[in-house]
Amino acid sequence: MNGTVALHGLHGGMHLPGHKIAASADASRECPLPPTLVLPLSGYGGSLARALVAPGDRVSLGQELAHADGSGAHVHAPAAGTIVAIELRPVANASGLHMPCIVLAVDPDARTDERAILWPPIPDWMHADPRSLLERIADAGIVGLGGAAFPTALKLGYPVELLVINGAECEPWIACDEMLLRESAMEIITGARIMRRIVGATRMMLAIEDRMQEAGAALRAALDTHTDIQLVEVPTIFPQGGERQLIRVLTGSEVPSGAYPVDIGVLCHNVGTAAAVCRAVVHGEPLIERLVSVTGPGVRAAGTWRVRLGTPVEWLVAQAGGYSADAARVVLGGSMTGTAIATDAVPIVKASNCVLVLTAAQLRDPAPELPCIRCGECSRVCPAQLLPQQLHWYIRASDWDAVEDHALRDCIECGLCAQVCPSHIPLVDWYRHGKAELHLRADARRRADAARERFEARTLRLAETEAERAQRLAGRGKQSADAPLDDPIAAALQRAAARKAIDGGSDHGA
Amino acid sequence: MAAPIMAREFRLGGAPHLPAANSVQKVMLKVLLALLPGIVLSTLWFGVGLLLQIALACVFALLAEAAMLQLRGRPLRPFLSDLSAPVTGVLFALCLPPWAPWWIAAIGMLSAIVLAKHLYGGLGYNVFNPAMVGYVVVLIAFTRELGAWPGLGPGSALEPGVLLHAVFGGGQPWDAMAQATPLDSLREQLGQGRTVAEIRSGPELAAAVARSQWLALAWLLGGLWLLQQRVIHWQVPVGVAAGVLIVAAPLWLYDAGRHASPLFHLTTGATMLGAFFIATDPVSGAATPRGRLLFGAGVGALCVLIRRYGAYPDGIAFAVLLMNAVAPLLDRWLRPRVFGRSR
Repeated sequence: MNGTVALHGLHGGMHLPGHKIAASADASRECPLPPTLVLPLSGYGGSLARALVAPGDRVSLGQELAHADGSGAHVHAPAAGTIVAIELRPVANASGLHMPCIVLAVDPDARTDERAILWPPIPDWMHADPRSLLERIADAGIVGLGGAAFPTALKLGYPVELLVINGAECEPWIACDEMLLRESAMEIITGARIMRRIVGATRMMLAIEDRMQEAGAALRAALDTHTDIQLVEVPTIFPQGGERQLIRVLTGSEVPSGAYPVDIGVLCHNVGTAAAVCRAVVHGEPLIERLVSVTGPGVRAAGTWRVRLGTPVEWLVAQAGGYSADAARVVLGGSMTGTAIATDAVPIVKASNCVLVLTAAQLRDPAPELPCIRCGECSRVCPAQLLPQQLHWYIRASDWDAVEDHALRDCIECGLCAQVCPSHIPLVDWYRHGKAELHLRADARRRADAARERFEARTLRLAETEAERAQRLAGRGKQSADAPLDDPIAAALQRAAARKAIDGGSDHGA
Repeated sequence: MAAPIMAREFRLGGAPHLPAANSVQKVMLKVLLALLPGIVLSTLWFGVGLLLQIALACVFALLAEAAMLQLRGRPLRPFLSDLSAPVTGVLFALCLPPWAPWWIAAIGMLSAIVLAKHLYGGLGYNVFNPAMVGYVVVLIAFTRELGAWPGLGPGSALEPGVLLHAVFGGGQPWDAMAQATPLDSLREQLGQGRTVAEIRSGPELAAAVARSQWLALAWLLGGLWLLQQRVIHWQVPVGVAAGVLIVAAPLWLYDAGRHASPLFHLTTGATMLGAFFIATDPVSGAATPRGRLLFGAGVGALCVLIRRYGAYPDGIAFAVLLMNAVAPLLDRWLRPRVFGRSR
């Protein structure tokens, strides 16, 4: 099946030690329900869902707790219980800001083997109206489970040629997609077919990494003799599982800078998202759980768990035997792009694919960095074909025009440049700082433009009023003259002449 | 609250979270290791004087580095242990005749470390290759001391007594024992109207050229290892070779009697050493792939032109410094295309 797809090369990237055995050696396990679930209301891009419940309310399994009106996703109860609070809680973000969360005390008799069936199953989705399928996906609160957490229904709103299902889980340590492929291949394939019916793609590819032998076998068995999905094995190179990188490898086309895959007729969805779509459509279930790898030398018994959303990291780590004595950092995500969390009270959310616990010995050396020696290793590995050392230089020099010119916004923050830097410069930190600064500058420019427009409009308005008044006064002086004062055409012409004079004057002034 | 949360606090930090495997020290150490085959071979032919020069240059380089770090209020330990000063010292010493007096190394290293490196901001900030700045300063200032090489023939290795007297005691053995290098001979005798073939037919020169070619192979060996270790980029040595070919080949094809062959240029003098160890200095070279190629080509082409038409027998040092000056411009012009954008 692989033979039909010619793979394309990608600049940069690296073969990294995978460290995936620990989290993928055994079958995935069910994480027991914690006493309390914490469900953030914040969604993609900082939008907040509107809470539909209040403290004291009893809620049933799967009940909608918060409704997203904009670009977010609805929140459903991962277990039956009682709402105890809606308050600010620590969540996983780089800034460490607390966000509004629904806190749910789980019923003591709630069990993880209960399914939340909210809507009538649509087993006959092949003949269902695509719009009703899309609606179901939005109702189920499904977002991209690969980590970006963009609402899936919004992404499925455009017709495309090619649908790519992304199982190329390239970041070290994370193994939840691989486990899902091994254990739920049929769900993924069904979800993919449902998404294809919605977007009307003529081709569909499912990409996995060439090291995933067991997953490949499971997929081939699930596909049987069907050829509607091309199974493609891509080389195990980080970050080839990135959306833009994978599309380039599979099709040879690059998503233009600033554009989206849909602009070149491609749509890319994570395998976990596909499985969630299948469960929402075929079984009528909202998104209330996901697979999470708990791994790293800082936990005693690594593995992958099926976790109800809102479960505190602390509870999940306890399932993995707890922390080892020298655990020093907890990361949500993988070692390359994951976010360190300040406290393990942070809950698992839809975007959490991995809890990675590192020991003190593995953290970056706190010794001061050396200056850049321009070795160029960073640009050799950069998948965005940037010049990381030049960017670093310009950001440090606050030369923002040059930063923009060197395409900082195209940096995907994969972390490879910092990983290979012999001078140990925290390059990604600098790029985040640079991006924030560019954002502020763009914002300031927008506001300055708006203010200038307002000022110019006001100047014009005042000048017009003044001209009219002058004209009225002049008219009163020539009361006896025959020119009819109330001739609207003459008045308009006069105003236009006055405006022209003012425009000429303001040009000069500018 | 249904259950008290016994949360634990953790240290924050930006991604990527694992420590980088590489270090400046490792890079420099690899460069030093890759120089070993050539150093061993040179020592066999030129005598232990080379090792003495290397030791002198490294000591002066580290002293100058420490003094400048102290003056600039920089931490000593990380910068003294990064091995960049010893690399400068070794590359500089490799350009010296083995019997050069000790103060040559002192002046050279002062120029390299103080002038070329620290006055521009230290490690990573120097515009010009420090070792070549040091070499060019002493080459121009002390032509006599720098121009005399012991013969390459058998038995020419200096006796320790003579060597020590020359290096530390002000002795000047070169009038009696100096022998022209292949590039010297070529330059001198072409000026006397002899043809390349005639010049190269002399047995002494033929032997010297053969030795020089073996030495070139030794540098090549170390250079290939550096390529394999991803310490240097292929574009630079390939560029140098291409630059040599582009200038030397047409001249040679036009009149082989008056112009040496491209192979002669590639394998004599400091071409190989320069292509793999000097022009590849990342700090003062180009940083973009196409920039490196053009940088190397410029070094190779200028080197042949200087050898043929300039005032010095070899041209690598001048060629590298001239190209250092335009490296930032090359990088500006030859920026790679960004993913998802057109050039």
